[in-house]
Amino acid sequence: MAMFLDVLSWILLTLGGISVLIGGLGALRMPDLYTRMHAASVTDSLGAILVLTGAMLQAGLTLATIKLAAILLFLLLTSPTSSYALASAALIAGTKPLSEREQPEGGKQ
Amino acid sequence: MYYAVTLATLITMGLALVRAIMGPSVYDRVLAVNMFGTKTVLLLSVIALLYGRPDFFDLALAYALINFIGVLAVLEFFRSRARRRELEQQQAKQ
Amino acid sequence: MTVIFGVFLLTLLVITALAIVRTENLFVAVMLMGIASLLIAANFFILDAADVALTEAAVGAGISTVLFLGALALTNAQERSTTSRKLLSTIVVVAATLVLIFATFDKPEFGDPNSPVQTHVSPWYLEKTPEYIDIPNVVTAVLGSYRGYDTLGEVFVVFTAGIGVLFLLGANPGVGAGQQAREINSGLRHHLIPRVVGRLLIPFIILFGLYVQFHGEYGPGGGFQAGAIIAAGIILYALLEGEKRALEVMPQKFLLGMMAAGGLIYGGVGVVCMVLGGNFLDYSVLSSNPVKGQQMGIILIEAGVGIAVTGTLLSIFHAFAARER
Repeated sequence: MAMFLDVLSWILLTLGGISVLIGGLGALRMPDLYTRMHAASVTDSLGAILVLTGAMLQAGLTLATIKLAAILLFLLLTSPTSSYALASAALIAGTKPLSEREQPEGGKQ
Repeated sequence: MYYAVTLATLITMGLALVRAIMGPSVYDRVLAVNMFGTKTVLLLSVIALLYGRPDFFDLALAYALINFIGVLAVLEFFRSRARRRELEQQQAKQ
Repeated sequence: MTVIFGVFLLTLLVITALAIVRTENLFVAVMLMGIASLLIAANFFILDAADVALTEAAVGAGISTVLFLGALALTNAQERSTTSRKLLSTIVVVAATLVLIFATFDKPEFGDPNSPVQTHVSPWYLEKTPEYIDIPNVVTAVLGSYRGYDTLGEVFVVFTAGIGVLFLLGANPGVGAGQQAREINSGLRHHLIPRVVGRLLIPFIILFGLYVQFHGEYGPGGGFQAGAIIAAGIILYALLEGEKRALEVMPQKFLLGMMAAGGLIYGGVGVVCMVLGGNFLDYSVLSSNPVKGQQMGIILIEAGVGIAVTGTLLSIFHAFAARER
């Protein structure tokens, strides 16, 4: 049983690391602000869930697990709100998504 | 195993930094700083486990709460600046 | 492996510092400074210095960014370029750097077990703390009891900084009552989602700040970190609900009182120790059992530090944010 939990937590941590890396790469290479936001939110939600769940399984049933659960809860509450607030501020300020513009992002705003 | 996750998170932090330096508009930079903050929370949690010191999770918790405040402060800054400009333009027209 | 992580983070820090210096847009510089603060906090964390990392993260990434943005809102976002005396300043900076690098040649190696700090200072603190003070976090013991006088000086430095800012910007910011000012200072009230989530989080932030304050003897924490975290929670309320309501909740006079009360509590504890027969800030006389006296003394002074830091940070924030252009 302990072996199974160990292997499971390693798998979760590895998948979490991979998804964090994928999200980071996406935030760098995507052509537009809104698509970059989409890539960054992959790291914030999926990466955080996988890594912190893997860490919780490693820590066993102690106070540390409750603290990790609290960290996960607060991350899941605040990072979508930040993305929403950022996207709404960008939209109100006039940043247009890629489909409504002629050429790709990369030049001046 | 923890080393791999730590390395992945550090590399992603580097990528976020590049986006913060390169990003053409200010919103790209705010996005990069927000991403950097959540990656720091993950980094702190995994390194706390790596070092075997479970009482270091307090730092990750503190940081998860404070990162939110930074992003909202930036947005409040934009909102009040835009509103101020609008009101000044309205007054200039009158 | 720690060394590799540390070197990687420091490389990122150098890149960030270069980008901060090279950019002309001050807003970009503020964002990059938030990142730099996080990099330093992560570096402290990797070197196993948790108290310092917590303080750096709380103050640098939260409060400092907010204060810089508040200052930027009152002024231009473009840096004014100065073109005079570049040669002289370059020479001075290069000379100072060379002197500093030369001075580091005399330091002991990183992590050398035979350096004086590892053979004289640290073992004494690590052995004597369970005997004299008996709290698990030796950093708080050093900060609060062995070097309590220095921490008293730090509280007064924080107080002086607050007074300095209030002298420059005005201690009673009258939030403008006109329609315009009301609208500019209304905060994020019309954005429902951040407002709901933020209001959900504020009690947890303040509760967590109190936890860090009183848990400072058992884990990373203490007065400075707790003060920064509680101030961050109340700044979140001010951002969401607007300046006017934040000033109604915690009026400026109350904050000025908090600033002064922190230093007063700290100095008061020292004076009480003198009255009870010991030296200034010698907590052993506070109770019949000297170890219990030390612990009580540390709790009281940490409370003083926390109150002083909260009051000062909030006063400075209101001095910037409630100011009309």
